[in-house]
Amino acid sequence: MNQSDEMVERRRPTLWGLAVGIWGFLARPSAQLSLGLLLLTGFLAGILFWGGFNWGLEMTNNETFCRSCHEMDQNSYREYRTSVHDQNHAGVRATCPDCHVPHDWVHKMKRKIAASSEVFHHLTGEIDTREKFEAKRLDLARSVWQTMKETDSRECRNCHSFDSMDLARQTDRARVAHTDAETDGRTCIDCHKGIAHRLPAGMTEAERELNQSMPVGNRR
Amino acid sequence: MRGKISVLLAVVGLCAGAMLTVPAFAGEPLRALRGNVAGEDPDPVPPLFPVREAGRYDRAFLDQPPMIPHRVDKYEIDLKVNQCLRCHDWPDNVREKAPLISVSHYYDRAGTKQDKVAGQRWFCTQCHAPQVDAKPLVTNRFQPATGK
Repeated sequence: MNQSDEMVERRRPTLWGLAVGIWGFLARPSAQLSLGLLLLTGFLAGILFWGGFNWGLEMTNNETFCRSCHEMDQNSYREYRTSVHDQNHAGVRATCPDCHVPHDWVHKMKRKIAASSEVFHHLTGEIDTREKFEAKRLDLARSVWQTMKETDSRECRNCHSFDSMDLARQTDRARVAHTDAETDGRTCIDCHKGIAHRLPAGMTEAERELNQSMPVGNRR
Repeated sequence: MRGKISVLLAVVGLCAGAMLTVPAFAGEPLRALRGNVAGEDPDPVPPLFPVREAGRYDRAFLDQPPMIPHRVDKYEIDLKVNQCLRCHDWPDNVREKAPLISVSHYYDRAGTKQDKVAGQRWFCTQCHAPQVDAKPLVTNRFQPATGK
């Protein structure tokens, strides 16, 4: 191998070489462009990228997207239909992400990243039949209940707050239950299970277990 | 060869015939035997009876299943789950401050006492109904038992 061959070998574009080249371009100070132009370009690109990111995020944060998997469409969504969060006298709906994706940014990002595991389980077909879904329903429900208890039913409270509840307009039973719940520091999911989806078999035992490991009341 | 051609021609002819005749059928309005009576004038929405949550209706006779003084339409009662029992089963009724279901509901069909609700008592709404102010559909002379 003579010297010219070696030169050719070295000049062959590699990934590392490309990275070094890009870094060199980025690290070189601009000699021709004005600071104003650079700032403006950066500003506009920022808007474009941030907007694009948020837009992409919202595309995966609606009912249509959630229903695009048949697991959700055939099980969770079908059960949610005609529930009070889907159909009521006022015509206000709370769709999948309203309850299952946190609304504040940090927790939303965490949930969105965690949701990638759901894509994996979709691809492996873990609950791709009704039978498999029913067999796993208790586990799925328990994990949601646990999260709700951990976050003090944060997603419920995006709409429902004790402060805005007019206890006087509630039925006797609800008034007593809500007053007790507020003084005891209980959280929504402690009582309101199965409001949007069917309940799993063996829920009574699971509920008792959950309340023992994560005691009800006076959490704060 | 000739046979094949004739078969092909027959098929083509049938298809063409079908195409020509189908629109003729589609043009005629569908007519039911009893005339077009259904679907034009839907029944009015039946009245919704609000459940009476204040107070309790008395029993009309000794064995009458007590009426439910609250809404139950969203409660799930099926093979897997019974949401009524979440409050009314022993020992949860203590925590929920709810009336306990009758002890008779803990005897199975052989008469053995269990600490779980017996299967034949599982479907609460088979006997118990929410109390509403509904007038009898047929007038009758029924009088509640007095026990005297």
